[in-house]
This record gives sequence, structure tokens and C-alpha cells, in this order.
Amino acid sequence: MDFVSQLQRKFIDYSSSLHREFTRLALYPVLANTQGIVDDQFTQLRKLEDENSPHFVMEVASLFFEDCGKLINNMAIALEQKQGVDFKQIDECIHQLKGSSSSIGAMRVKNACIAFRTFSDAKNREGCLRCLQQLSHEYSLLKNKLQTLFRVSVASRYLYVCLLIVSRENEHAEPFSDVLVFQLEQQIVAAGGSIPRVH
Amino acid sequence: MRVERIINDTNDEFPIGIRVLAVDDDPTCLLLLESLLRRCKYNVTTTNQAITALKLLRQNKFDLVISDVHMPDMDGFKLLELVGLEMDLPVIMLSANGDTNVVMKGITHGACDYLLKPVRIEELNNIWQHVVRRKRFERKDRYNSDSQDKLRANSGEAVGMGSIGNNGKLKKKRKDQDEDEERDENGHHNNEDPSIRKKPRVAWSAELHGKFVAAVNQLGMKNATPKKILELMKVEKLTTQNVGSHLQAFIRTFSAYSYDDPKVITKLTKFRLYLKRISCAANQQVNIAAAVRMRSPNGLGNFHTLAGSNQLHNAAFRSFPPRGVLGRLNTHAALLIRGLPSPGTIRSGHGQNSVNSGNDQCKLQSFVSGIHNANILHGLPMSLELDQVQTNKGVSHIGELPIADSTTVFPVSSSLIEATVTGFSGNPLLGVTSNSLMLEASSQQAGNSRDIDPAIGFRNGNTLSDFAPLAPASNRKSNADLQREPIPINWNAGELITSAPQEWNSPYQSNVTPCSMNSSIPVSGTMVQFGLCLDQNNSTDSDSIGPLSFIDNSAMEQSIIDKEGYLMLEPWGQGSHIPYNIGLLEDLWEFQ
Repeated sequence: MDFVSQLQRKFIDYSSSLHREFTRLALYPVLANTQGIVDDQFTQLRKLEDENSPHFVMEVASLFFEDCGKLINNMAIALEQKQGVDFKQIDECIHQLKGSSSSIGAMRVKNACIAFRTFSDAKNREGCLRCLQQLSHEYSLLKNKLQTLFRVSVASRYLYVCLLIVSRENEHAEPFSDVLVFQLEQQIVAAGGSIPRVH
Repeated sequence: MRVERIINDTNDEFPIGIRVLAVDDDPTCLLLLESLLRRCKYNVTTTNQAITALKLLRQNKFDLVISDVHMPDMDGFKLLELVGLEMDLPVIMLSANGDTNVVMKGITHGACDYLLKPVRIEELNNIWQHVVRRKRFERKDRYNSDSQDKLRANSGEAVGMGSIGNNGKLKKKRKDQDEDEERDENGHHNNEDPSIRKKPRVAWSAELHGKFVAAVNQLGMKNATPKKILELMKVEKLTTQNVGSHLQAFIRTFSAYSYDDPKVITKLTKFRLYLKRISCAANQQVNIAAAVRMRSPNGLGNFHTLAGSNQLHNAAFRSFPPRGVLGRLNTHAALLIRGLPSPGTIRSGHGQNSVNSGNDQCKLQSFVSGIHNANILHGLPMSLELDQVQTNKGVSHIGELPIADSTTVFPVSSSLIEATVTGFSGNPLLGVTSNSLMLEASSQQAGNSRDIDPAIGFRNGNTLSDFAPLAPASNRKSNADLQREPIPINWNAGELITSAPQEWNSPYQSNVTPCSMNSSIPVSGTMVQFGLCLDQNNSTDSDSIGPLSFIDNSAMEQSIIDKEGYLMLEPWGQGSHIPYNIGLLEDLWEFQ
């Protein structure tokens, strides 16, 4: 009995520290917003996530990363052409990238695209190369942040589930765990995730 | 049928479950769009290819299409046109590019709406309006046409216009039909009124058209008056009006089409509006005639005697704005309007001529289906005439002549329309999108007819409305003369209808009636053909050819198609359908 309680206590302590970490990391979306990495559109995207599509944001973001990676690659290849740069193709890539980045709420990527376009219209190869570099940078930044967010979201969900199970299994659990669960729920929601249903 | 249900169902549940097809090559946007649409509780299908989209549209019933502008396999505008032609569904364009000229292009091609990426859920919540709007007008039109259905069904011809025009004397020439042709103008099947409705049409076969073109070439653009052409053609049973209307259509077909040329578009738009109105008036008359069983040998008389028609007619013509329409007719377009071929409009070459005719026919065809785009009058400012027209007919889309091809903008038409747009609600030109008509009408009403937004409503250029053949000529005449104008026009329109009688029995017909005179527009089947033809013609993608097999009677005659891709005149009844090669036609544009 005592041993079990000790284990429970250990578990709860561990959960608290995780919880603290999560609290910190759950602010990430907010941080990302304030830093201008993603804008309101991303928030809208998160709102679309619900029980029916629990990983919606992740799916969309994955598609975006894949698409964006390809486009950036194509543009790099096009700009490297010795014979002559196909600006039309680059223009199309930019257009598509602009569309998808604005759909996902990737503000900085979109702005980079707009700047890129002016150089592309002017058929300025040097300018395009610089812009492409900038674009790549923004893309990497976005990717990192979003991936962290997703990891946190997934981790928090697991954590939440564990806590729920523990608290339910243990009628004598410390009230502290209930509070923890509740707080965790709030954090998950604040991070734009949905509370996983545990039966 | 779902449409009916929706129309009758006015409760708040309507927007739920409307079937939307989303097309976008960008997977991110497509997924997002799909989610948003599902969130709005629509029934969503997605595809990332335009060609697949067309297939899906043909196989299943949809209420609305949302499409991206930039797509690798097909331009979004082209898809827009095809959808409008074949299925007459509201199409919403989507793009990251919000430049005014691109948006303009979307609207002129007939888009119901143009959304910018990133698309927001609030905007998507409202898209059901486009569905309702279109269906309402369609339904209204259907009601109007119901009384004429039997007429139409019988004749299978474009109805309406014929009766109005031609001073009551419709000499139709039927080429490939058995006809017992020498019926009186009122069409063979109708035993009564319907002269308004059914008019035997002249089937401008390839041979006939060849003669026509040869005559025109011989005379030269300046001299190619219908009468002289007729003399040179030496074809029996062909009347000056037949030739005249055909000439009009011919010229229009080859008029340079330029979406971007505001003047051209404006003129065309106006003309279309005018034709539409005429056709609406005609439609109206038909209705009345059907009810009243009035029959008069004099087309004009019919026009006037039809209940309300007189008033309408007068109103319509009265509204002919003395806005200097004539002044505007100082280009070759003006010449065209006046019934004279402008230099360069007439090309020599049989093939080309055929194309022209074929084109018109095709257009008509496609529009027949599109005709039930009831929105034509929707939103038209309520000018006096319009009001009259609308209340009288409620067939706003009569005028919806299919705009077969984007390339066919008829400057002539537009000026005509401007001049003649009156209360006629029928705009034969519309065919594709009602919105366009609305805009046109609105512009017209605003008195800016001249400055009508070129993009508005101009979908494929011209179609039957172009056929308002003699009407343009009347522009410069006095109002009194104008009153007579429609008759010949209408009549002419009827003349050119080729035989595709039975196919006519589609609901589309009702809409087309007055306007459809020009070419028996084979309805659904052909239209699909038409759409496919376009596809086929303009892309080498084998997929686009695939659907052709779905069409009944569609025996694409490769030989014909090969003729520079021009549409050849073929009796529609045969189901042959020639793809209209827009590009080629554009090349023909020489004037100005």
C-alpha cells in the first residue's frame, strides 16, 4: 500500500514536471503567432480540428511541407539552369506556394513569396536566388516550429490519457491529480488540440 | 429531383447537403477546402485534376463547383466555361491571385464568384446562394416554358424567335429534313400558335455554307449584303432573311474575340442582352400565343397581338437608347450590325465558313443546356422595360444563347445589345452564366450600356444572339423601324436552326427558345459533345476525348474535325459535333 502510494506519488510528480514542460511548450503556438510565423489562418485551421478529424492540422501541415519542399526544389533547379532560367515556371511555383502558404497561415513564407515574385517578374536571376534562399529559411523555421507543436500536442494527449486512467483507477488518488488533469485539459485546448476521448 | 426539392424547400435546411465539387491542384488547399466545406455541412467531392472533375460532373449530379484558377492540366477558366456549357452549374473561382484583371476574367468567363486564398469559412458558408439563385431562375423559366413545352417538343427547334420575326412570313428552309417543309412559319408540328415557338430552321449544311462563303468572298466584305449573297448562292427556298441572319452569325463568329477588349465585350454583351430580351419577349409571346391560340400570318402582328407583347415590344424598342449606339457603330462592328460584312470578317474558305456556322451551332447547343440558367435576369435593374419583360415572361434566360466559345465575342452584338437592350429579358447570349447577364442588364440599366463591363457575362462569345441577325441592322433605324426589327431577327434565328429537332425536347429548350433559333441546339447530348469537343480540340489529352463516347449520336467526325478544327455545320440531328477550335477562330479575326 505504501509502496503503491509512493509510486503514485512519483508518477504524479513526473506528470507535474511534464505538465510544466507542456505548459511552456503549449505557449508555442502563441509564440509562433507573435513572432509572425503563422497568422490567424492557422488558428482557423486549428479550429477545424475536432473529434472527427483529430489530426487535421498535422495532416494539412504535412501536405504543405511536402508540397513546399518540392516547389522550392524545383525552383532551385530552374534557377540553376545554365541555358536560361525558365521564369514562367518559377512564377507558377511561386504562385502555388503563395496559395498554399496563405491557406495554412504561414505568413512569413507567404511574404517571402510575394517578394520573390517581384524579382521573378523582373527576371532577375540574382534577386531570385536571394529570395529563394530567404524562402527556404522561412520554410525551415516554420517546419521546426510546427513539428515541435505537433510533438507537444501528441505528447500532451498521451499524458492526458495516462493521467485520466490513473485518476480513474485510483479512487484514492490525490485530489492533486484531478486538478492536474483539469489543467492539462485546459492546456490542450489552449494549444488548439482536442481532448482525446477516453473510455 | 433534387433540384425541384431544393427549389420547393425553403426552409433553413437547404444549404445543408448541397453537392459541391472542389477542384484544386494544390493538395494543401484542397484538403483545407474540403474540411471547410464539410464544416459548412456541404457534401464535398474533391479532385486535383480538371479533367477528372469534368468526368465526375458528367457522371454525377452536383450543385456547385469550386475551382482553382491555376491548374496544370487545364486552365481554370476553360473548366469554368465547359462546366457552364455542359452542366450549367454555378462555378466559383478560387485563386491566390486577386488582381482585378484576373478577377474580371473570371467573371467574364461566367464565374458566379471569385474567392481569394486563403479561403475563409465565412465565405464558404454563403456559396449556397449561388445554387439557389440559379435554380430559382431556372425554375421560373421552366414554368414559363411549360406551356410551350409541347410546342417545343414537337418542333425541337429553337422556338420563340421565329414567331416574332419575319413579318409573319417564315420561309424556312430545311436542309436535311424530310420536311414537308413548306409549312408555314409556325412550324410544322404546331398546329397553332406557335409560330412563335417552332420555326423550321434553315439547316446550314456544309455545302450551303460553302456557297454562302463563296458568295461572300466574291462580293467582298463591303458588298456582301444578304440580297446579293442570296443571288449568288442561287439556292432555292432560301430567303434574304435566312442569308442575313446567317451572315450575322457568320460575321460574329469571326469577329475577333478578345476577352480583354472592353469595347468588344461591351458591345457583345449588349447585343446579347438585347437578343436575350428579344427572345424573352418572344418567349413571352409564345406563352401568350399558346394560351390564346393566336395565330397570325404576320409575324409582326403576332408580336403585337400577343398579350402584352405589344406593350413589351414598344417598351423594348422605346428603350432603345439613343445613346449613340449608332455612333458606336463606326467600327466594322458597326458595319456588321448594319448587316454588312466588315472587311475581313468574311474569310474565304469553306472550312472556315463551316466553322463559323458550326461554331454558332455548337454554341447554341451548348447553351441550350445552359439556357436554363435562369439568372439572366437576376439582378437586372428594374428598368421599366425589364420589369415588363420580367413580369411578362419570367424567362430571363431566353436570351441565353449558349456562348459556345470564349473566342466568339461579337462586337456587333454588343453594340446591338446596347442599343436594343430593352425590356427584353431574354438575352440570347447568356447561355452560360446568369450572372453575366445580370451584370449586363444591370449595366444596361444603369445607362452605361456602352460601358458595360466587358467581362460581364461574356462567356463564350456569341452564340445565338449573334443571330439576331437583322436586328443589329435596325439599330440605326428609328424606333419604329426597330419595332420591326425583331421580327426579322427572330425569324432569322429560326431559320438557321438546323435539324436537331428531337433532341430539343429537353428542359433546356424552353430556355432557349427564342434564342435558340440559330442552331438547333442539340441539348444535353450534344452539349456534352460540345464541351468535349472543346476539350478535345484544345487539348491532346486523351481523357478529354473519352467522354465523347458517352454522348448519344456523337460520332465525332474526324474528317470534319480535322478541318482546321473548325466546326462544320452538320445537322445536329446526326449528333455530329465538331469541336470548336477557339484558337483557329481567333486567328480569323481580322478586323480592327
